[in-house]
Amino acid sequence: MAARGFLWSSAKKCFTAGLIGLTVSDRYASFMAVRGSSMSPTLNPNNKNSSGFVFDDYVLVEKFCLAKYKFSRGDVVVFRSPSNYKEKNVKRIAALPGDWVHLPSLDTVRIPEGHCWVVGDNAACSMDSRSLGPIPLGLICGRITHVVWPPQRIGRVVDGKNSILPEVEVDILEET
Amino acid sequence: MRAAKLLQYARQWKSAAKEVVGHSIVFAQFLSLLHLTDTYICSPTLVYGPSMLPTLNLTGDVLLVEKLSPVLGKVGPGDVVLVRSPENPRKRITKRIVGVEGDAITFLVDPGRSDRSHSLVVPKGHVWIQGDNIYASNDSRQLGPIPYGLILGKVCFRVWPPEDFGPLGQ
Repeated sequence: MAARGFLWSSAKKCFTAGLIGLTVSDRYASFMAVRGSSMSPTLNPNNKNSSGFVFDDYVLVEKFCLAKYKFSRGDVVVFRSPSNYKEKNVKRIAALPGDWVHLPSLDTVRIPEGHCWVVGDNAACSMDSRSLGPIPLGLICGRITHVVWPPQRIGRVVDGKNSILPEVEVDILEET
Repeated sequence: MRAAKLLQYARQWKSAAKEVVGHSIVFAQFLSLLHLTDTYICSPTLVYGPSMLPTLNLTGDVLLVEKLSPVLGKVGPGDVVLVRSPENPRKRITKRIVGVEGDAITFLVDPGRSDRSHSLVVPKGHVWIQGDNIYASNDSRQLGPIPYGLILGKVCFRVWPPEDFGPLGQ
């Protein structure tokens, strides 16, 4: 009888913790593993050297920015891929609505209302706005602020205004 | 004498604190349950505007939006869906899905003024949405195909006004 009561109470506790945890990860902040080397100097820097054990970076994703959809250039964001809604991609915002983007291959693109231009830090192997086009801001599901694992790389994700790809020139619209 | 009194106070404080913690956990649990129902199962939404006439009224309807089928990928042509607007992520629009990825769509570019029509194939991972009232609707004809990830839910039930209460047909 005592064992049953104990089981029941621990099950109840697990249920409560799960509910509250899921809500917090939905609304405020959550942890996520980043795979692939498309953001290479910032996230997953040693994926290239195949020294045996390679761990993915775990990052903290904050979701307060979703209340107003206010982002700035240089933010690293998580967004659902426009071609496959089950996939999530991590890229850096290079341009916001109203900006002009000069591409070497194509001509100049103006970012339409409610969209943004995303690029990976590792230009060589990154599938980003250069192939997908501007991304609707509504697909964004969080902003990466910190790396939490591995321990030697704990810290803030740098706001890399200067690490934006050199070949993507952005004309910034002055807010008046 | 004094020590005993202090001990008694401490005990009282402890039980009060325990009670407060217990109550706040129950409260947090309630809020979480509310949030999870709202985001993953269904939520009521008020919609208005001329774009979905005659299915939905101009003045405003309260609809029950079911959130499960977009996650499972069970949204198909003919469903009325709630979509986050690609032009303004803080706005949500209600439209009907006309075609899913791979479908060939033919639409009138400017209905009412000319018969010019245009056709294209919906790209991968996108849907084509249109309002039922093609004369006053801002939809895929202006915005282009919409990424599937912007679909928030499928409208399944009308709650208000009471004379139209019932499931929403195709």
